[in-house]
Amino acid sequence: MIHVIAFYLFATLVVCSGALTILSRNPVHSVLWLILAFFNAAGLMILLGAEFIAMLLVIVYVGAVAVLFLFVVMMLDIDFAELRAGFVSYLPFGLLIALVLLAEIVLGIGLWSAGPIELAQRAGPVNPELSNIQAIGGLLYTRYIFLFEAAGIVLLVAMIGAIVLTHRARGGVRPQNIARQNQRRPQDATRNINQPVGQGVEL
Amino acid sequence: MIGLQHYMVVSAILFVMGVLGIFINRKNVIIILMAIELILLSVNINLVAFSAFLGDLVGQVFSMFVLTVAAGEAAIGLAILVIYFRGRGTIAVDDINQMKG
Repeated sequence: MIHVIAFYLFATLVVCSGALTILSRNPVHSVLWLILAFFNAAGLMILLGAEFIAMLLVIVYVGAVAVLFLFVVMMLDIDFAELRAGFVSYLPFGLLIALVLLAEIVLGIGLWSAGPIELAQRAGPVNPELSNIQAIGGLLYTRYIFLFEAAGIVLLVAMIGAIVLTHRARGGVRPQNIARQNQRRPQDATRNINQPVGQGVEL
Repeated sequence: MIGLQHYMVVSAILFVMGVLGIFINRKNVIIILMAIELILLSVNINLVAFSAFLGDLVGQVFSMFVLTVAAGEAAIGLAILVIYFRGRGTIAVDDINQMKG
């Protein structure tokens, strides 16, 4: 019973916050609704017994992606009212497409009556003796090790790409030139003189 | 009792919400990126639901890879957005026609 109540609570909240994400007038509110949607999706995944994915969703999506969105929304000085200009005119067509798509998918789910699926060979059958994270780790570091490494490379490329794209050399500033600093020697920069009394210093 | 189809319906509604978000916020690329995140989230829910109901952990592993790609895509998308804004002073994506494509 509590499972059913929790499912409907999380499902309603994830759908409502998803709707408010795309309908909010202010993009900052959109990001905050998106964070709520991620939290509720994490709740759904906990109900499904996928604790590791749920935690990953909170850490990666809420902790990194949503904060990145928040950062960019607040950093850029944009007139959001102007960007919202065509909202009402796009709404009927968008709703039509969305309703047709939803009807198609729900019909598909309704007609999906393959019965109890018998998989001949499960790639990663659930072992009730292991916890979820142990089982995922066992699968990820053995059978899917190359895909795991490829995922790491994807993240590395994304990181380098984002840095290369947004980095710029600023003009008009005088940064420290370490190579020039290290090349400079005392004999080039200073001299000893025996200054006579009563005469100006020659520089 | 909550079955697989309940989760699939939630996932479908979330997916459609993302598609609708792309359609109605056609000018604001930040909201479009958020709508793409919603779509990927719905795909993740679907993968995890199937994984749980079929008793096969591979769905959860693949959901992790989808998560990785989503994080990379958001980072690159926002970086492109920042440099576009730096050059143009606006992020209205429906008048990007510099390449006449």
